[in-house]
Amino acid sequence: MPDPTRRPLSPHLSVYRPEITSVLSILHRLSGLFLALGMVALAAFLGAAAAGQAAFEVATSALGSLIGCAFLVAVSVAFFYHLANGVRHLCWDAGFGFEMANVRRSGWFVVGLTAVLTVLFWLGVSAS
Amino acid sequence: MVAFRLPRGSQVRPGRRVPAPDGARNVREFRVYRYSPDSGEPPQLDSFEVDLDRSGPMVLDALIEIKNSLDSTLAFRRSCREGVCGSCAMNIDGTNTLACTKAIDDVRGPVKVYPLPHMPVIKDLVPDLTDAYAQYALVEPWMKTESPPPAKERLQSEEDRRKLDGLYECILCFCCSTSCPSYWWNGDRYLGPATLLQAARWLQDSRDEAAGERLDALEDPFRLYRCHTIMNCTKTCPKGLNPARAISDIKRRIQQRR
Repeated sequence: MPDPTRRPLSPHLSVYRPEITSVLSILHRLSGLFLALGMVALAAFLGAAAAGQAAFEVATSALGSLIGCAFLVAVSVAFFYHLANGVRHLCWDAGFGFEMANVRRSGWFVVGLTAVLTVLFWLGVSAS
Repeated sequence: MVAFRLPRGSQVRPGRRVPAPDGARNVREFRVYRYSPDSGEPPQLDSFEVDLDRSGPMVLDALIEIKNSLDSTLAFRRSCREGVCGSCAMNIDGTNTLACTKAIDDVRGPVKVYPLPHMPVIKDLVPDLTDAYAQYALVEPWMKTESPPPAKERLQSEEDRRKLDGLYECILCFCCSTSCPSYWWNGDRYLGPATLLQAARWLQDSRDEAAGERLDALEDPFRLYRCHTIMNCTKTCPKGLNPARAISDIKRRIQQRR
């Protein structure tokens, strides 16, 4: 005899279309998490620098490797995205930018700004 | 709690394929979520070939045509068929909307129809809204006054009346609440955009005298502050309202009274 009170849960994440609203929101959270990982790496790097020349050389070669460079670029992307989208959230908290057209506009602006700031940052790094 | 996967027994399996009647020329495929409490079987996705020449232009018309011609056991709510009652709210083509105002032509490919997301399903496209209505009742959606009633009615200036625009039009279809990931994960304690928009509607009413008490009831890490301004609510509202802004207004009211 089936139990009619044990109702199934309707599908949610698996059927809901990824929207610019929800995708940028989860990216904000993920970039925040990733930045925490970046802080651990920074602390490890500073610790290695303080520990002495041998440890410092290990740390620099690790960060200078292909994987290390990719990690640093990813951290920079996360940083600029989290920064730009954080300002977007501050605008909302102040009561501005809730119209759907502006939400779309500010969202794409944040994505574009992240790309521009990341490229400028690494151009600056490679020039110095 | 966050649970990305559906619980066992809720996962949707492939279902039947029901072809269009002979002679149909303008055929469109509809994939519809089916669940019957009587069978004890897990939910499945049935595929119906609908003859659009026999159906009106909206998704609701196609569902009615399925019920009339292909499978009379299909269950869904509908009433006004013109976007004012909120009964036929469901997930169509990946977003929540009213079946009666969603044109079939606006969907590319097979039209996928599911019940409102992350809700207990009574049958097919009919979700159990008991908890959502209980949350709505929690914000006491009626005018509360302490001052003695005037001889006639409580008057409102045109300017104050205009402050209710964008709030009073809500038809409580719960498209917004069930589009909100925060409501998916914490719907037992977070009130959700539909109910919070109603809370904002009574806070905004110049005739209501219980703003302080209302804000006290809302100032809670879960009831109000599970809103993280994801904005899926505003994106999906079939009436073009802005629950995210209404919630933000409540948050700012709480800051301002400190």
